[in-house]
Amino acid sequence: MIVTVIAVIFLLSIVVGRFLLDEGRIATNLTIRNAPPSFDHLFGTDWLGRDMFTRTIMGLSLSMGVGLIGAIGSASIALILGMAAATMGKMVDRMISWLIDLFLSVPHLVTLILIAFTLGGGFKGIVIGIALTHWPSLARVIRAEVMQIRSAEFVQVSQKMGKSRWFIAVQHIFPHLIPQVLVGFLLLFPHAILHEAAVTFLGLGLSPHEPAIGIILSESMKYLSSGMWWLAFFPGLCLLIVVRTFDTIGENLRMLIDPTRAHD
Amino acid sequence: MRKGLNRHIGIFLLLKSVRMATLLVAICFISFLLIKNSPIDPIQAYIGADLLKVGPEQREKIAEYWGLDQPVMVQFFNWGSALLTGDLGTSMIYRRPVAEIISERFLNSFVLMITAWLLSGIIGFAMGVISAMKKDTWVDKFIKWYCYTLASTPTFWLGLLMLIVFAVWLGWFPIGLGVPAGVLAEDVTIADRINHLILPAITLSVVGVANVALHTRQKLIDVLASDYVLFARARGEYGFGLFWRHGLRNVALPAITLQFAAFSELFGGAVLAEQVFSYPGLGQATVEAGLRGDVPLLLGLVICSALFVFIGNLIADLIYYVLDPRIREGRMI
Repeated sequence: MIVTVIAVIFLLSIVVGRFLLDEGRIATNLTIRNAPPSFDHLFGTDWLGRDMFTRTIMGLSLSMGVGLIGAIGSASIALILGMAAATMGKMVDRMISWLIDLFLSVPHLVTLILIAFTLGGGFKGIVIGIALTHWPSLARVIRAEVMQIRSAEFVQVSQKMGKSRWFIAVQHIFPHLIPQVLVGFLLLFPHAILHEAAVTFLGLGLSPHEPAIGIILSESMKYLSSGMWWLAFFPGLCLLIVVRTFDTIGENLRMLIDPTRAHD
Repeated sequence: MRKGLNRHIGIFLLLKSVRMATLLVAICFISFLLIKNSPIDPIQAYIGADLLKVGPEQREKIAEYWGLDQPVMVQFFNWGSALLTGDLGTSMIYRRPVAEIISERFLNSFVLMITAWLLSGIIGFAMGVISAMKKDTWVDKFIKWYCYTLASTPTFWLGLLMLIVFAVWLGWFPIGLGVPAGVLAEDVTIADRINHLILPAITLSVVGVANVALHTRQKLIDVLASDYVLFARARGEYGFGLFWRHGLRNVALPAITLQFAAFSELFGGAVLAEQVFSYPGLGQATVEAGLRGDVPLLLGLVICSALFVFIGNLIADLIYYVLDPRIREGRMI
């Protein structure tokens, strides 16, 4: 529990920190370029004298924003399709499971590249790409869950009382799904952030003017051979910590709502 | 009995291939539509830097040559029927047949992926087994922590770290490329190739370990809690002998199938690792095709990656089907 609280505080501080940091620190300042990490510049500076710490924090909050929108989109698709598959009859179920197979049969990264290519890259391309690629596994979980609730007695009683399908889906089934969806969403989040960084790193995502982690890392590649390790090390490490933190929060929440896993 | 099994496998394979065929057609169709709607003009991408030298009439000629002036559906059927005869078109950036480029690149990628696949499978399995056998000790806690951390590590960042440590600081390995720079293709030795393969392969295997290890750990913990293991322990079996006689076969099958089913992630990881190490494989070609608007190559690569993933899943299903009689009976109701 304490871990979760610390993790949430940590993530919030990054989001808030973005607004507290001085924009001037990422302005070009050639007198202090290529400086290794010091107390003044915690993560060092790049070849234009920009402070890497400020850039990293900005990049992280940008990544988290993209991840947030993408994960919300993905979780909504998963919720709708998962419920549709379990409640709307065999035909729909088959179609949706075929759709899931379709999305799982091409590697995520290739699908993301394809979608980013179609939408001409940029913020929109990456958010839509993430929303469209991450839902299948959660949709399967939700489908299984709905199948289970559907056979519960209170649903059958409600059916016998002549309630409509829509009423049962919204009033009886949906409330039971909220925890699953919430945890699923939180566990999607780290993947979304990682894929955003990966696609941006490959050059198909956010534009090079934005301070995204993927951009920072792909720029740093040019300077690796001259020994400027801090350009790649700290931003990547921060990304790792943020992703790991989200994962921890998600796993802890899952243990809270899932009694079979509580003793792990 | 044998004959019956063969027939069942035949039916199973047939069903799977029909499913795959529908999926492949859908993938072809959807990706074709997606790419056709992209804002990147294929003629512009083809002309590239010679923008000023090409007049409107020449543009029309180029459009006619590539068949770009026809309706999208006609284009799709032209492309699709060419695809069925094995003709994937001509790559715009390499000016060579796509099939040729893919087969050449696939060999490079395949060597990389198979190495990483084997390494991560063996190491991950061993880690999972150790972790389960020593459940709740510090070894187990360390392995679990390590696996969860790895699952959140960006592959490309790990690749960059490897480059910094092993190529820049220690100078043990070359910084990039699949072969040494400035050496003729026929002079490249096997040793050179292996030397350039090591870092990307290690990066991929280190990241790939987590899944297998955690899965194997969970399965083995279940097995160790079963009655027959309790009985074996009562007879005085312990440690490695116990695992060898009662654990190995039960956990090896899920681990192997999981590895085959993870082809999709392997491919995604390879795309990133190849980009970091400038290793000339399929992944790098995919990125280049996406960045420079090479439509035929991108389409070919999407299909190729889908086939790759499908073969992995098929092998995974087939192993279960052949080796585990319970699944076979379940399917035949």
